[in-house]
Amino acid sequence: MSSSTSVSMALKYARYVLSENKITFAAFALFFLLVLFALFGPAIAPYNPLASDATIALNSPSWQHWFGTDQLGRDVFSRVLVATRLDLGIAVAAVVLSFGLGSVLGVSAGYYGGWWDRIVSRIIDTIMAFPLFILAMGLVAALGNTIENIIYATAIINLPLYARVIRSEVLVRRRAGFVEAARLSGNRDWRIMAFHLFPNVLPVMMVHVSLNMGWAILNAAGLSFIGLGVRPPTAEWGIMVAEGATYIISGEWWLAMFPGLVLMTAVFCFNLLGDGLRDLVDPRMRT
Amino acid sequence: MSRPILIRTIGHRILDAVPTIMGVIVITFLLARALPGDPAAYFAGPAASQEAIDQIRTHLGLDRSILEQFWIYIGDLLQGDWGNSLTTGRPVWEDLMRRLPASLELTLAGLIFAIALALPLGILAATRPGSWMDHGVRILGTAGVSLPTFFTGLLLVYVLYFKLGWAPAPLGRLSLFDSAPPSISGLYLIDSLLAGRWETFISAFRQLMLPAITLGLFALAPLARVTRASMLSVLSSDFIRTARASGLSPQMVLFGYAFRNAMLPIITTLGVVFSFLLGANVLVEKVFAWPGIGSYAVTALVASDYAPVQGFVLTMSLLYVVLNLALDVTYTVIDPRAGGEG
Amino acid sequence: MKRRDLLKQGAFFTAGVSVAALLGSQPTAQNRAYSQGKPSNATLRVVRGGGFPNGLDLHQVGVNRPAYGTSWVMYDRLLTFGSKTLPDGSQSYDYTVIEPELAESWEVAPDGMSVTFFLRKDATFHNGAPVTAKDVKWSYDRAVSVGGFPAFQMKAGALESPDQFEQVDDHTFRVKFLRKDKLTMMDMAVPIPAIINSELVKSHVTEQDPWGLAWVNANDAGGGAYKLENFVPDERVELVRFEEWKSGPLPQIQKVIELNIPEAGNRRALLERGDVDVNFDVAEKDVKEFQNMGKFTVVVTPIENCLYTIDLNTQPELGGKPNPLSEVKVRQAISFATPYEAIVATAMYGQCVPMFGATRVEPTSIEWPQPFPYSTDMEKAKALMAESGYPDGFETTLAFDLGTQEWAEPMCVLIQESLNQIGIKVTLEKVPSSNFRAVMVEKSRPMISNNFGGWLNFPDYFFFYAYHGQNATFNAGSYQNPAMDKLIDAALASAPGDPVYEESVKGFLKIAFEEAPKVVMLQPVLSVAMQPNIGGYQYWFHRQLDYRQLTKA
Repeated sequence: MSSSTSVSMALKYARYVLSENKITFAAFALFFLLVLFALFGPAIAPYNPLASDATIALNSPSWQHWFGTDQLGRDVFSRVLVATRLDLGIAVAAVVLSFGLGSVLGVSAGYYGGWWDRIVSRIIDTIMAFPLFILAMGLVAALGNTIENIIYATAIINLPLYARVIRSEVLVRRRAGFVEAARLSGNRDWRIMAFHLFPNVLPVMMVHVSLNMGWAILNAAGLSFIGLGVRPPTAEWGIMVAEGATYIISGEWWLAMFPGLVLMTAVFCFNLLGDGLRDLVDPRMRT
Repeated sequence: MSRPILIRTIGHRILDAVPTIMGVIVITFLLARALPGDPAAYFAGPAASQEAIDQIRTHLGLDRSILEQFWIYIGDLLQGDWGNSLTTGRPVWEDLMRRLPASLELTLAGLIFAIALALPLGILAATRPGSWMDHGVRILGTAGVSLPTFFTGLLLVYVLYFKLGWAPAPLGRLSLFDSAPPSISGLYLIDSLLAGRWETFISAFRQLMLPAITLGLFALAPLARVTRASMLSVLSSDFIRTARASGLSPQMVLFGYAFRNAMLPIITTLGVVFSFLLGANVLVEKVFAWPGIGSYAVTALVASDYAPVQGFVLTMSLLYVVLNLALDVTYTVIDPRAGGEG
Repeated sequence: MKRRDLLKQGAFFTAGVSVAALLGSQPTAQNRAYSQGKPSNATLRVVRGGGFPNGLDLHQVGVNRPAYGTSWVMYDRLLTFGSKTLPDGSQSYDYTVIEPELAESWEVAPDGMSVTFFLRKDATFHNGAPVTAKDVKWSYDRAVSVGGFPAFQMKAGALESPDQFEQVDDHTFRVKFLRKDKLTMMDMAVPIPAIINSELVKSHVTEQDPWGLAWVNANDAGGGAYKLENFVPDERVELVRFEEWKSGPLPQIQKVIELNIPEAGNRRALLERGDVDVNFDVAEKDVKEFQNMGKFTVVVTPIENCLYTIDLNTQPELGGKPNPLSEVKVRQAISFATPYEAIVATAMYGQCVPMFGATRVEPTSIEWPQPFPYSTDMEKAKALMAESGYPDGFETTLAFDLGTQEWAEPMCVLIQESLNQIGIKVTLEKVPSSNFRAVMVEKSRPMISNNFGGWLNFPDYFFFYAYHGQNATFNAGSYQNPAMDKLIDAALASAPGDPVYEESVKGFLKIAFEEAPKVVMLQPVLSVAMQPNIGGYQYWFHRQLDYRQLTKA
């Protein structure tokens, strides 16, 4: 099976699944919307997300301020909108990083086996044995709470997932006919791994990527709740929920509610998307 | 499967875990040392002189080299000394042992809540694949994993306690005037029953409800999903068709045959979910003033208090190893075919 | 997010008061006469911000501020302070009046170089053992010997070595002075020299721990008004009245339950729903709303000698580069560009005493704290920037303590926004609490938020730690000015009423106004919200509740 035909078949199949499955379709639409917000959020935000105004602090939602204003009189709607780019950015960057590194480790460990496999497996086991959220907390606390470090920490705690899944997927295929064929026709190891094995495990991985995106966003939000989030006054969903959460009891529910709902919707969307992709990749899961 | 093989499998597993635990110890030690801040300056108090800070540094052994500190740490560990927490002023081991049952109780309760909801839902979804019920279950589960736990927690407190007054105040494991039952298992629900103290049991149960639900919502999706998938594949298998054809009642087929055979993947997932929840309850504990080891670790981390951070991570890793071991054993007992690979 | 850190505010115990007033007093056995109900079987349920007691022994390393409150009622001191009524009708301790506690009376030697205490003969510890001068001597020896903060605090009152303490007989104890120091007597009324049951502790000491720190930190070795019933770290403290207490009128409250509720929102909900009696150290925002509800007794007291400031680094160079903030004009421009009103309104919810907007340029009194002659004036700020060496502005950073972020973050965000208008681009830096003190000591940050508070209203002590060239931690901008140092030293060596003192204080205040090494914004408050049936609250310098004084109807 060559990879190009498999891709075109997958696309055809995707169209079929999408038309069959309205939920996945809705998730795709939502995802598209989020991407639009991420791209154009700062341009379409009605107010400057950083501009404070003490005279309108903690105003409830109104026609001027759809999501109300926060304790500094900043427009919550604008902040939620603008934060899309950062939140998706963190999630994408973290997932790309762990996917990239996980793929290299996983493919090579599965393909070569032996001592290299043992070392990689050991590293993965060690990371897995950590309570993951605490590991992320520790990393961010130790490295300093910048956006990059939040990304690195999230990437590291996700690494084992990718490396493990890819390794086991490669393990089953490394003696497969197409690999043997590629080897006999004189391909080097890295070519076999990059152009023959990797594309084969890609579809399975896309499911995890999607599910993982949601988790990465939640993870960043959790870090914010502990106080290890991005620097103020940057708008970020997690930190807005975390800071707004303490205002719930005093009745200013909009501070946490709107970013919370958007955060939830985004994670929800990625999870549904992951589900949809799973159906796509592994049709046996659904009947 | 014969006993010797089982014991060998366990032994093999434990040996396997040793390097992992060693790795965890080293990484945690280094990570703790990399935390910003000077514990000596922090704990010396606000107006302490440099002299006072130095005194405390010597007292804490922080004036030695990292390597020396590490050997001292390892030596102490081997003697069962996990160090002292500066934040609580007590031995870390005692703190952890007092708090671990709280975390375990919360996690178990959350898991039981999730199972109670996820299994019926999963089965329901599997019996009617593609129906609105199926989609509903899927959306519900997905919504559960999509919520930040601290947000769900605060929301539940606001609505159920503050607004409606249905739930008890988020005061930790017991209501104000209850005292803890004599400690046997450390789990208040069990201990209070053993001591025959009904009121304490009810009080503990009520306190446990909201945090357990908050946590359980998170475990709903994976469990429901696996139940559904596993049931689906079993239901479409030949022996179920045979059972149906031979005129057994649908209930008998569903619960007597299908569910029992669908158990294995569910148990695997349970194990994974349990260890995940144990880590994820850090945030829930903070919201509900739950005196577990997660909130303990967070406080220690913020204060750069090394010993509790190290102790917490080590405990969690040991739990993780034990849990995996238990899973493997359950596996081999339930399904002998899984035995040989270990 | 509201996470008050255990070391929320820098504060220390030092005091200045005319030594003559103290030594001249002829104490009687009469105890302080705060309003007191008849002992009842009431239970008091308390939640609090600012952390939770993390131990019971104040001599233990790392014991936090909330622990002072528990220790305060579990142990007696030889001396305590009197009470006074503040202008708003609320009660406060009175640092000018020293009263007896465990000591029934005392005598200062004719040469003024020692003091002899006569202990109550009927006082016992919680285990029934009589309190003797041996216990007092042991406790004082312990306080000066364990090192760290206790030793530091004792030293502030010139109490440095066990040789100074002498057990004369079973109920007589003498302290020999190293020198005449106006702080010595007051220092014996702070929480550190608590009287511990020495015989009980000695049965629990180990070779590594000769003072029994570990045991006392988790157990009751006191003779104070309350006995420890239950102490679960990070969870709850339960105290019951010690019916045999002799060092004061028996408290009205029989039992106290203090619960650890980390979330400010939950603490608020508990009070509103009537599940607790007292919410202590309330967040500024909740104070305002509790007041508006009118259902609760809310007492707000300005914290003595404490200021929230932004310290500007005055060193000529930072990280090898010229430091714009070393220029007085730039610092003044920042002082004029600070949005004071917005900070008071949005970061503090109006719960503070403004320390800006004075119309006079020079100090006219030695009242402390007093407003600084700056208010928001962007035109003036821009003009000053234009005259400075940085007409086009510059880039810099502003650091604050993560543990104080509930007010520090909005404050710093507002300052950042405002400074942007005069061309100063500020990046905010959140520093974890564990690291904040170290960062302050480093003096490497251009701008840093500071919430230093000294004990008692004496400007010379505040300035000694916050402006003096000795470069203490709380002079976070490393301000150096020999002229100011001279004035501070002169004030320290003299006392209020002395013209030298007045002139020196006015002198250093004037320099602080002109040179603006700190942007002084406000004086914070300590607030408590209680159910209406709770009475007897009094502000203490240690900023903790005194359960002995509280009543529940």
